[in-house]
Amino acid sequence: MTQKLFGSFSRKRTSFLFGLLVLAFWVACAFVGPFVVPQDPYADDLMNALAPPSAEHWFGTDQIGRDVFSRVIAGARPILSVAPAATFLAALCGTMLGLVTGYAGGWVDTVLSRLVEVILALPLIVVALLVLVALGPSSLNATLVIALVFTPIIARTVRSAVLAECKLDYVPAAQLRDETALHIMFVEILPNVLPPIVVEVTVRLGYAIFTVASLSFLGFGIQPPSPDWGLSIAENYGLIVGGYGWTVGFAALATASLVIGVNLVAEGLQDAAR
Amino acid sequence: MSPPALSLAGLSVSYGRTPILRGLSFEIAPGACFGLVGESGCGKSTAAFAALRALPPAGRVTAGQIGIDGQDVLSLSRAGLRQLWARRVSMVYQDPSRALNPTLTVGVQLAEAFTVLGAPDPMARAEAMLARVQVPSPRRLLAAYPHQLSGGTQQRVVIAMALAKNPSLLVLDEPTTGLDATVEAEILDLVDALRREQGTAVLLISHNLPMVARMCDRIGVLYAGILVEQGEAGEVLGAPSHPYTARLVACLPGAGRRKRDGPLQTIAGGLPAPGAALAPCAFAPRCDRREAVCLSTPPPERWTGLHMALCHFTPPFPAPPGLSAGAPAEAGARPVLAARHLSKTYAGPGGAVRAVDDASLTLAAGETLGLVGESGSGKTTLARLLLGLTAPDPGGTLTLDDAALGPTIRSRSRNDRRAIQIIFQNPDSALNRAQRVRSILTRPLVRLAGLSGRALTAALSELAQGVRLGEAHLAMRPRALSGGLKQRAAIARAFAGRPRVVICDEPTSALDVSVQAAILNLLAGLQARDGVSYVFISHDLAVVRYLADRIAVMYLGQMLEVGPAEDVLAGPHHPYTAALVSASTAATRIRLKGEMPAPGAVQAGCVFQANCPRKIGPVCENVRPPFDPDAVHPVRCHLPAGELPRVDRRLAGANS
Repeated sequence: MTQKLFGSFSRKRTSFLFGLLVLAFWVACAFVGPFVVPQDPYADDLMNALAPPSAEHWFGTDQIGRDVFSRVIAGARPILSVAPAATFLAALCGTMLGLVTGYAGGWVDTVLSRLVEVILALPLIVVALLVLVALGPSSLNATLVIALVFTPIIARTVRSAVLAECKLDYVPAAQLRDETALHIMFVEILPNVLPPIVVEVTVRLGYAIFTVASLSFLGFGIQPPSPDWGLSIAENYGLIVGGYGWTVGFAALATASLVIGVNLVAEGLQDAAR
Repeated sequence: MSPPALSLAGLSVSYGRTPILRGLSFEIAPGACFGLVGESGCGKSTAAFAALRALPPAGRVTAGQIGIDGQDVLSLSRAGLRQLWARRVSMVYQDPSRALNPTLTVGVQLAEAFTVLGAPDPMARAEAMLARVQVPSPRRLLAAYPHQLSGGTQQRVVIAMALAKNPSLLVLDEPTTGLDATVEAEILDLVDALRREQGTAVLLISHNLPMVARMCDRIGVLYAGILVEQGEAGEVLGAPSHPYTARLVACLPGAGRRKRDGPLQTIAGGLPAPGAALAPCAFAPRCDRREAVCLSTPPPERWTGLHMALCHFTPPFPAPPGLSAGAPAEAGARPVLAARHLSKTYAGPGGAVRAVDDASLTLAAGETLGLVGESGSGKTTLARLLLGLTAPDPGGTLTLDDAALGPTIRSRSRNDRRAIQIIFQNPDSALNRAQRVRSILTRPLVRLAGLSGRALTAALSELAQGVRLGEAHLAMRPRALSGGLKQRAAIARAFAGRPRVVICDEPTSALDVSVQAAILNLLAGLQARDGVSYVFISHDLAVVRYLADRIAVMYLGQMLEVGPAEDVLAGPHHPYTAALVSASTAATRIRLKGEMPAPGAVQAGCVFQANCPRKIGPVCENVRPPFDPDAVHPVRCHLPAGELPRVDRRLAGANS
């Protein structure tokens, strides 16, 4: 897989490497951004509100005079903590659920799979909003809700991969030497279904970023005064008509570039896993 | 004299920079049949594609000439090549289900072949063509989709499409691999008849030497992309002039050879890797006749009449060093494993399906029971019942050393579990590709033999040595091993727990003959060492005859016949056994009526009556033939013992 991704030149590999570069940039921003930004992303300066991009404020300032460039860079951290955490949690639960339903079969599979289908049938944002209204909006709750919604999707992918593995003869061979179901699922089967899981998780990460941004925009995700991109867009979108596009545009661009970067990586992984 | 249907002159083909074919030269006269044989990886299929100039994009003809009907194929324009493909040549591949479009009916696909030619009324011609390939009810078949047909019928449709244009050259690339023996025999008969009728020249590519010998006038033997021998079919296989051909023929378990006659010949080493530098004689590193000249000078083409061999020397070649024959295991009298009245019924869409119907068998210590039958006969389901992977219907009993054996793995003790193991058909599926060979072999030693520490290390190296796997192989993943080595690893795993009974499910069907011989020798050797019993499932009667002490014949879930191997094969035997035996000989092929019915369709009477060439009358349809599993050689047939058929096996050893 590694060789396929980084081997000789091709158009597909170029787009994968580009995606990886974009993703790496934002991850770096998430780690060190708040320490290297030119100005404090939280410091308001009402005298300087809504200043257009200049040498001092590269991306201009927002309506309370905060430096937009610093906020965009620092804004990578909140979204890149919630979305990957949610995806990782969903991957963990989804993989377990997929392994159990795929390997056990029978009524275990029937019951759990119907349950999964019920959750899949519900519109994502509506469920998320409902739960967040009940639990109260916070980063932690947003993480849990997104994980809950993504778990069945990942479980379904894992289950179908496990079903294909169970048709192979190494599974009965393991049963014949008295292995426990846990051993067969996690030691024998899991390593062989990892590639599709990695691909699915990367695709989900793209969606998770999008979902976090949407929830924050609607006010149910990351809370002010965080420099989160969705939040920034929500706070400033009314100003676009007044000609203050920089307050919204750069955060929107940042969100889009991150989602596109993740999707390019996912696509590359998908080709390599084939 | 008309030009040859196909002539290759010094044809060399490379994939990228890797040479695959090196200076291939042969001719096929109009209407003749030429067979190209060799082990997998020798360049057979590349030769087929190259002959029609249909190589994949990476393939390139680097030297030589191709002529079809005297026309220089390499100088043809795109349009000229399309005309050639559309009107004059056809190709049939191994897997018919992939050659047919699953979304179109047979009629539409077949009619298309005529539409391309501009023939009037293509649908009527399609129907006529189907009649010529001898399918039952061609009209009904026109409306069928490929997935509704059996593999044999699919291949007939593909052949019908290939012959629609009345080609002057037909290329068949392993056309019957994957088909059952009786179906294979029918397809080959059909190709042979149509070839004579239409005067089509045939290039038949196969790894199956006896099959090629029966079909072809001339044979070419390919080794590492080099044609090492060619000549008249009977001469090449009967009196080989090249050491490689001689060894290849000696690998076949033919001529009624049994394990007590000693081990089979094998060829040490393997084909050189693609792209590797070859010795002046490519076969020299594996050759017994090798002398200094073989490693310094390329061998000359030595022609004797129309027989060519690429070798410095002439036969007779020295007999290869005799393999030390461990005395084969003597089958004891005490039964190890006994099954009584085992059945397995599945719920199918059209009612219950009996995959295994009242099967009984006994297996003595050190004995091999050959289990023969075509796909769908229930062989594999029976194996799963014995292993406990599938629970039998209530009523059947299994005993191990006279003690009752649980119906499923979970109900069996660890000792019972380690007693019965299996070697699967396909090692790619049987070995976990994520693990290294070392852990694949270590795990059963831990779980089944309960070993740890130093004893485990010692047992592991003993186990690997037993199947001749080296330390280097243990560190590899299965993917990095050749087919033969993979199967050795699978065999080692099955033997890790010192089993009493090992079920071998077609363990050599995916292997080349030279590798097959080595695996069969290994199995016979392990049996002699450990006194283990085998249930050996195979569709290849020559292989079963070599290894089996007794043979059971299955059809549609029922055992039709069980008995000592020689008696079952020599007859008098069940009409179905007679058909099976005759399918692998050239003498008198017994035709079955129609195809094996779908499992579950038979309710009363004999399961074979719909296809039986010896059907007596209503009694076959209404009354189940008697069967006494405890007799020495029971035959499930209404025919009186004296009237059971006997196949003339004079030519049964023709493949030697």
